[in-house]
Amino acid sequence: MGNEEEYLYTKDHEWVCFEESCAFVGIAEYAQNALGDITFIELPEPDAEVEQFEQFASVESVKAASEIFAPISGKIIEVNQELSSAPELLNKSCYQKGWIAKIDPSDIDEKSNLMTFEDYENFLEGLDR
Amino acid sequence: MQASLYRTPLYQAHCDLGARMVDFGGWLMPVQYEGILSEYSRCREQAALFDISHMGEFIFDGNPVSDGLEKIITCEVSSMPIGSSRYGLMLNDRAGVVDDLIVFRISEKRFMIVVNAANIAKDFSHLKNNLLAPSLITDISEKTAKLDLQGPLSREVLKNIIPGVESLDYFHFNCFDILGEKNIVSRTGYTGELGYEIFCAPEKAQALWKKLLDDERVRPAGLGARDILRTEMAYSLYGHEITDDISPLDAGLSRFICFDKEFIGKDTLLQQKQSGLKRKIIYFLSDTRRSPRHGQSLYENDSKEIGIVTSGIFSPSLEKGIGIGLISVDSELDGDKIFFGDKKNKSSAAIVKRPFYKKGSLKT
Repeated sequence: MGNEEEYLYTKDHEWVCFEESCAFVGIAEYAQNALGDITFIELPEPDAEVEQFEQFASVESVKAASEIFAPISGKIIEVNQELSSAPELLNKSCYQKGWIAKIDPSDIDEKSNLMTFEDYENFLEGLDR
Repeated sequence: MQASLYRTPLYQAHCDLGARMVDFGGWLMPVQYEGILSEYSRCREQAALFDISHMGEFIFDGNPVSDGLEKIITCEVSSMPIGSSRYGLMLNDRAGVVDDLIVFRISEKRFMIVVNAANIAKDFSHLKNNLLAPSLITDISEKTAKLDLQGPLSREVLKNIIPGVESLDYFHFNCFDILGEKNIVSRTGYTGELGYEIFCAPEKAQALWKKLLDDERVRPAGLGARDILRTEMAYSLYGHEITDDISPLDAGLSRFICFDKEFIGKDTLLQQKQSGLKRKIIYFLSDTRRSPRHGQSLYENDSKEIGIVTSGIFSPSLEKGIGIGLISVDSELDGDKIFFGDKKNKSSAAIVKRPFYKKGSLKT
C-alpha cells in the first residue's frame, strides 16, 4: 500500500487504495477519531459482491455502532482477519495495518465518484466550519 | 444549544485538558480525555479522577422518624451510625423509583442526601412534599462540588493530601481539612475499586483538581470510562435499570429495602411480592466482542421477544460485550442462552451472575 495522500476517499470517510488490479479499503483518520476506541468489527464475507456506497461492514466503539460503506463495487477477495481479535488496529493504524478488505473492482470508472486526498481535506475543512 | 446546559466549576479545566464534552442530563460533561479505554484502565490499575459536581446534594435537618425522612427512603435511616453512608431509593406510590441515592448521617439530626444530577428538581419537590415541613430540607447542590478519586492507589495518593483519610472504612465518611476548608470525604464510589468522594466548595474545586492531578499516578477520567466501570460491576443506573416505571423488586434491588418500617410505595411492593413479579433483571455475556446496546430487544430464541437491554457495553476486562436487561419471568430460555439485537440481526449471549468484574480493589 502507498500512503494516504495517494488514496481516494468517500464522503462517509472510507478510503480506497488501488494496487495493481486490486483495491484495499479502510476507514479514514477522521472516522476512527470520531468513533473513539473501536472494540468490534463485523467483516464482510470473502467472495461477497459489494456495491459502491452500500454497507459492507460495521464497527462498534465503546459508545457507538457505525456502518461502513464500500468505496468501490466488486468482489471481496480477502478480509483483514487480524481485526477480529484486534479491532484497535483501526485506531492505531487506519491507513495501513487497519485495512479492512481487499476488493477486485468490477468498474474502475467508479473512481470518478471519489475524492482525491486534496478534495477530501477540503471536504473535511467544510465539515469543521 | 450548549449555552443552556449547566457547567460544573471544572468546565474550563476539562476544556484545557482537551476533553470531549457532551450533554449529560442537561449538564455539559467530559465523556473522555485521552481515550475511554485508557481512562478505564487507569481506574482499574492506579487512580482516576472524576468530576461528579453535577450530582445533587440536599441537607435534611430534623428527626428522621418524626419529621418523615424515614418514610421517604427505602433503607433504614434512623439506625445509621453517625459518620456512615447508606444506599437507598425513593419510591412513588406506584413503587416506581423516583431516584436512587446515598444518605450520609452527619449528626443525630443532620443528614446529607446525594442524588442524580438529572433528578435534582424532581427529588427536591418529592422530599418537600412528603416531609413534615418543607423547611427541613435544603438544596446545597450549587454550593457543592464533588471530586471522585477511584482506583487501587487512591488511598496512597489521598493520604498525602488529606492526612487521616486512610482510616476511613467502606461506606463511612468524615470531615477533613482540605485547602483551608472543612470538607466531607467519604469512602464511596461506583467503580468497584477502592475510592473516595470529596465534597468541596465550588471555588476550591479547581485547586483541588489540580493538586490531585499533580500526582503522576492520577489521571482524569470521563463519563465513558465511568459507564464501563459501573456496568462491569453490574451497578444500576437511573434511567437504565431503574426508572419511574420499574419497581425496585424487578430491578433486583430488594436488599436496599427495609420492610420492617413504613415507607411510600411499600403497599405496592407487598402486593407485587404476593402476586409474583412479572419481570426480572438479568446479566449476560455476549459470545463475541459485539456489545448489546441500551434499548435493544432480548429474545429467548431466534424470534420470540422477551425483554429489553437496559445497559450494554464492551467489557475490556472480559474482552466481550456485556449487558443488563429486564425480561419477562415467563420466558422459556434454553439454559442460560439468550439473544440480543433487533429483528434483522441477533447475537447470542449467556446469562451470568453479577458482577461481571470480580477482581476490584474495593474490599482491601
